[in-house]
Amino acid sequence: MPSLAIERWAQTADCPPDGPIVLTVEGAHGPIIHAVTPAAAERGARPGARLTDARALDPGLVAVPADPEGDADWLHRLARWAGRWSPLVEVDGTDALRLDVSGVAHLFGGERGLVRDIRRRFARIGFIVRVAIAPTAAAAWALVRFPSPQRGERDLVEQLAPLHVSALRLDPDTVRTLERLGLKTIGALIDMPRLALARRFKDEEDVLLALDRAVGRKPEPLTAAPAAPPPRASLRLEEPATHPEAAPQALKRLIPELVRQLQEGHLGARRMSLIGYRVDGSVAVASVATAIPSREPKHLQRLLADKIAALNPEFGFDAFALAADWAESLGAAQDSLVEEPSGERELARLVDRLTVKLGPKRVRRPQAEESHVPEKASGWVAAISSSPSRGDGEGNHAEHGGGVTGGGVFYPSTIPSAGNGSPPHELRSQGGTKPAHLLDRPEAIDVIYATPEGLPRRFVWRRAVHDIARAEGPERIAPEWWRQPSSARLRDYYRVEDANGRRYWIYREGVIGDGRGGAPNWFLHGLFG
Amino acid sequence: MARGLSLVAGGAVSAQIRPAAFDRLPGGLGECWLLPAPSGPTLSELFAAHPRDGGWTGFLLAQIATDKPTLWVQDRMAILESGRIHPPGLPSQNLIHVAARDAKDALWAMEEGLRCTALSIVIGELWGDPRVLDFTATRRLAVAAERSGVSCWLVRLGGTANLSGARMRWRIGSAPSLTNPLDPRAPGLPAWDAELFRARGMPPGRWSLFHEADRFHLVAEPGDRTLGADRRLSA
Repeated sequence: MPSLAIERWAQTADCPPDGPIVLTVEGAHGPIIHAVTPAAAERGARPGARLTDARALDPGLVAVPADPEGDADWLHRLARWAGRWSPLVEVDGTDALRLDVSGVAHLFGGERGLVRDIRRRFARIGFIVRVAIAPTAAAAWALVRFPSPQRGERDLVEQLAPLHVSALRLDPDTVRTLERLGLKTIGALIDMPRLALARRFKDEEDVLLALDRAVGRKPEPLTAAPAAPPPRASLRLEEPATHPEAAPQALKRLIPELVRQLQEGHLGARRMSLIGYRVDGSVAVASVATAIPSREPKHLQRLLADKIAALNPEFGFDAFALAADWAESLGAAQDSLVEEPSGERELARLVDRLTVKLGPKRVRRPQAEESHVPEKASGWVAAISSSPSRGDGEGNHAEHGGGVTGGGVFYPSTIPSAGNGSPPHELRSQGGTKPAHLLDRPEAIDVIYATPEGLPRRFVWRRAVHDIARAEGPERIAPEWWRQPSSARLRDYYRVEDANGRRYWIYREGVIGDGRGGAPNWFLHGLFG
Repeated sequence: MARGLSLVAGGAVSAQIRPAAFDRLPGGLGECWLLPAPSGPTLSELFAAHPRDGGWTGFLLAQIATDKPTLWVQDRMAILESGRIHPPGLPSQNLIHVAARDAKDALWAMEEGLRCTALSIVIGELWGDPRVLDFTATRRLAVAAERSGVSCWLVRLGGTANLSGARMRWRIGSAPSLTNPLDPRAPGLPAWDAELFRARGMPPGRWSLFHEADRFHLVAEPGDRTLGADRRLSA
């Protein structure tokens, strides 16, 4: 995309884009031109020049600040959208996308059809693209930027030969050195003895490597390539569908296909997403996660059905894909004819349903933490990422969780890697000495006490006076110096009972003369049952 | 609490007495009866006597069987006003906690939970009188609980007892605890004032209950007797 920045700006700007407009970024010596409109280019403005120099040529230039981060974001969104053509898409630099189209082109009517389709769809959303398909990625890069006079030649080397050496994507210093040596075209470079080239250019300015990559003697893999493609089913529509029922109907047709793929691989989905490709160059994604791997069509469909109702077709979807981004191995046990869910599986399904609707932060299980500070002692983990009833030793969550990107909230890194299913810290019940309810944030109370270090006599909480009939304490909990700041004060906890028999857990933060603040404050932290 | 139905109302007792429990009772505390219980899992409603009174938790925890997980749903206001549940203070850690945004989500989560027979009990804490909590909603919960065999407790904090489909409706408040045998100034075993003000198929009644040491068994004590004071444990 040669003019991504200016085209994106033109889409969002409210003035006509045919004026002499330049986009600028801040340089060391004043603004530098980042991108120009055709009208500005005619008047002598060039990207990379200083704005003041260009203004000297034509004072009528209009300067607008550029937005490189926004452009990069936009390019990433386009890269996801380009997933409609190929599963392997990589963002290349700041203005290009690389697609691995091996074995894909025939779906779009051959390579010519594919190029035409790409051009047409990008033109529809207002972008001019230059497209090249070449046997190697480096050659495609060169042909996109440096139009070859030998267009239509079948042989790659012959096509590349007349191009300037900078088409090999070398750094400018190396290019200058080559030019001084009289090696101006790739053809001249190919004719040189390899040994001489290897001797002259070493390490970072490896001309040979670049040359080999361009003509396909050395492979240049796309970095986005995953080890094995996840199970994925896709559906292309003849006409863009704007009806809200489109996504649920597509789901109905995609689920059996995905389940078949999962079945073949003996896999169960842990996370799935339905991707809707819109006509205007954006995608809508609905993802759900499950607590245990599953490939039961009814359950998966029910999970996704709630989510996809919220997908907004906007200008219409013209393609759908359903992918199991994260799948774990699952034996054939679930394929029994008589569906009788075990307790564990049923519980996992309950967790799935609750999590899909309410979110992983709201459906949680307790997990012990190594801490004496009460609010930290009972850590909560998303129920969907930890199912303690799974005792079969197959699930090491930390291992799987590490490879997951995207919805990171689902799989917190604090999950202990309990390979054999028994959590390392079992929360022990301390009923009686610990309250059943704990306020998320301790609330300040006013306390009257007989002596500063003695038992409290009366306290005011939420404007109500509680006379303390009985009290027990203190239970002293020291701050965790290895974790908390040095200003943290110790807490003296008291179990108190007021005249009505209501029992509370209150604490005094600090003691007089501990050198960490003034008079100690009192807080109410918990309610006993 | 045993599931066997037994009745205690006022002083008139037609109860199934647990002889075994007598031995464990300290110092001639007198009779011990089973609390009235529904014949099967169903929806019970529990009103906290005061929104700042957490005493009902102890009464409710006695209902939890520890072998199966618990679903504990709290709505946002309940968490703000009376705190989030604290697992170290509960008898069982085998639970799933749902922090619902509002009463509507909380009721939905409870109903989802009641469809899952792998749970032993579903507890929902709701604050105030939300509009969505009407007779239909409670009736739905009651039917779902009876169909799946998962008992359900709807806990109302600071709410009024309006029309409800619950089979049993309790009002629980804290009572001054028993004397602590080790330290007379410290709180002892917790005690509660329990009022069953509406129940299907059994007469309502009032009891004061206390907590038998280390186990959540409830010992009923007729509330209308004047003997209550001297029946308390003496140090």
